[in-house]
Amino acid sequence: MAASARPGFLARRHRSYYYFALPALVVVGIVIIFPWLFTVWMSAFDWKIGSVAHFVGLDNYAKLITNQRFIESIVHTFYFTLLAVVVPLVLGLVAALIFHREFPFRGVLRAVFTMPMMATPVAVALVWTMMFHPQQGVLNYLLSLVGLPPSLWVYSPTWVIPSLVLVEIWHWTPLVMLIVLGGLAALPTEPYESARMDGASEWQLFRYITLPLVAPFLVVAAVIRTIDALKAFDTIYVISQGGPGTASETINLYLYLQAFAFYNVGNASAVVVVFFAMILALALLLLYVRERAKWT
Amino acid sequence: MDVTAVAPVGTGVAAGNRWRRRLRSFGFGLSVLAIVSPAILVFLWMLSLSLKNEIDNLSYPPVFIPAPPTFNNFVQVFAENSMGLYFWNSVVVSGGATLIALAVGIPAGYGIARAQAHKLTILILIARMTPALSYLIPLFTVFQFLGLNNTLTALVITHLVITVPIVVYIMAGHFETLPKELEEAALIDGGSVWTSFRYVALPLARPGIVVGTILAFIFSWNNFVFGAVLAGRATRTLPAAVYNVLTFEQLAWGPLAAAALVVTVPVLLLTVVIQKEIVAGLTHGGIKA
Repeated sequence: MAASARPGFLARRHRSYYYFALPALVVVGIVIIFPWLFTVWMSAFDWKIGSVAHFVGLDNYAKLITNQRFIESIVHTFYFTLLAVVVPLVLGLVAALIFHREFPFRGVLRAVFTMPMMATPVAVALVWTMMFHPQQGVLNYLLSLVGLPPSLWVYSPTWVIPSLVLVEIWHWTPLVMLIVLGGLAALPTEPYESARMDGASEWQLFRYITLPLVAPFLVVAAVIRTIDALKAFDTIYVISQGGPGTASETINLYLYLQAFAFYNVGNASAVVVVFFAMILALALLLLYVRERAKWT
Repeated sequence: MDVTAVAPVGTGVAAGNRWRRRLRSFGFGLSVLAIVSPAILVFLWMLSLSLKNEIDNLSYPPVFIPAPPTFNNFVQVFAENSMGLYFWNSVVVSGGATLIALAVGIPAGYGIARAQAHKLTILILIARMTPALSYLIPLFTVFQFLGLNNTLTALVITHLVITVPIVVYIMAGHFETLPKELEEAALIDGGSVWTSFRYVALPLARPGIVVGTILAFIFSWNNFVFGAVLAGRATRTLPAAVYNVLTFEQLAWGPLAAAALVVTVPVLLLTVVIQKEIVAGLTHGGIKA
């Protein structure tokens, strides 16, 4: 009403609202946007910290294409990500279906279930390192209880990535559960009532009503999980340091070594740019899938 | 006759149903146990390791219940490894970064919500996707140039990467939910945009501020890599110290587990305090540093 009475009032007001964001924009400009631009700039230089930088254009990128170790780190990253997205999605969905029901102590148990997600990753990784220990670790003892042979866990090149994924599952399944639980809470009740009257089984109710309705929430969870799994660093760095050998060296671990062990800033910056492009591409791909799923 | 003939059959069906229902709720109880137990068992194992002496910690089969429990591990960690200093560093870094984030982030969230400037939140989502290491390399080189490496100032600045997006995102979402009518009334009464923010919107936004503060603090507290790279010997934050100083070569499992517990207990306590709000805040945008 006020706006129509005085033209320009609303526009002026809108402009003054932008001033509120100004201090934050300055901070974001310094600590977030400047590093982005600086990274792209540095990726065009051959530069080690402490020496003179030489402009090399796209040379750092060209070298990455033939860099066997970098290519392998991409393979490790995708293997890790695939497992660390799919398993928490399935388990998180199951957990959400369980917590959607009413049962005694539901609130307390849900709080306990979500604890891992807030726990300090490094602290938890230390405990998992002790649990993975082949001789004194509690996990091999638990395996022996159910009659399974002991595993080398993170000390085996074959098992190191699945073992690290186990920690990731433990850490982040709760987040998937919470997102899906939010979706379940918003479900309408009518389709269930009419389907029950038509004699649908529990499985049919889940398969043809619940699953399609929570699918958008699963996609959101999948996007977040994918970004986080690609970015995983702390637990891998603390538990295996990318080893044994380079068996669990993901892009992030490779990046860390290049930047802060070898101080190869130019090369590391090129890795960052490629890495970010991958994360963005995968996130957009998943969102595109969601849009497509909406139309059909 | 008919009635007596029917009755036993009827109770038989009822009993069968009751059994089936019991079996079902038993199975359901088992599945609840199955999904909750890994979460609790890892923490209990952490506690158990921290309260046992080294002989018990390294024995096989493992000793589960410390008998008797010992606090020596905690004493050792604090007395010999300056855990107190690292704890204080973490408080200063996460506290400082959270306070600055609140100072700039609350008005920003308000501005974004009222100006309908949703494009600014896309910036935050992209920031959310960027690996932490990609901020670290440029900031490290700049701090090197400015001679700020190994200082708490550098750490506070770097932690803004985590805290500012969280606060802005949560506050923008929160101010959106507040009714505009009260502020409009204040404006029509001749107040400035600032007074309507300061005296009308801000007091109403307290719940959002609490959630934003705690989440920003937790994710800053949990951050490892910034401290691991930028901190010096005396400026390490807790997670960096736990990894860099208290290594497996120098220390036994007991003290390590005790240190791990000291790092993560404050966060778990905060989580319990605002359980519901955290759930809402996290699921809203899946915000996480």
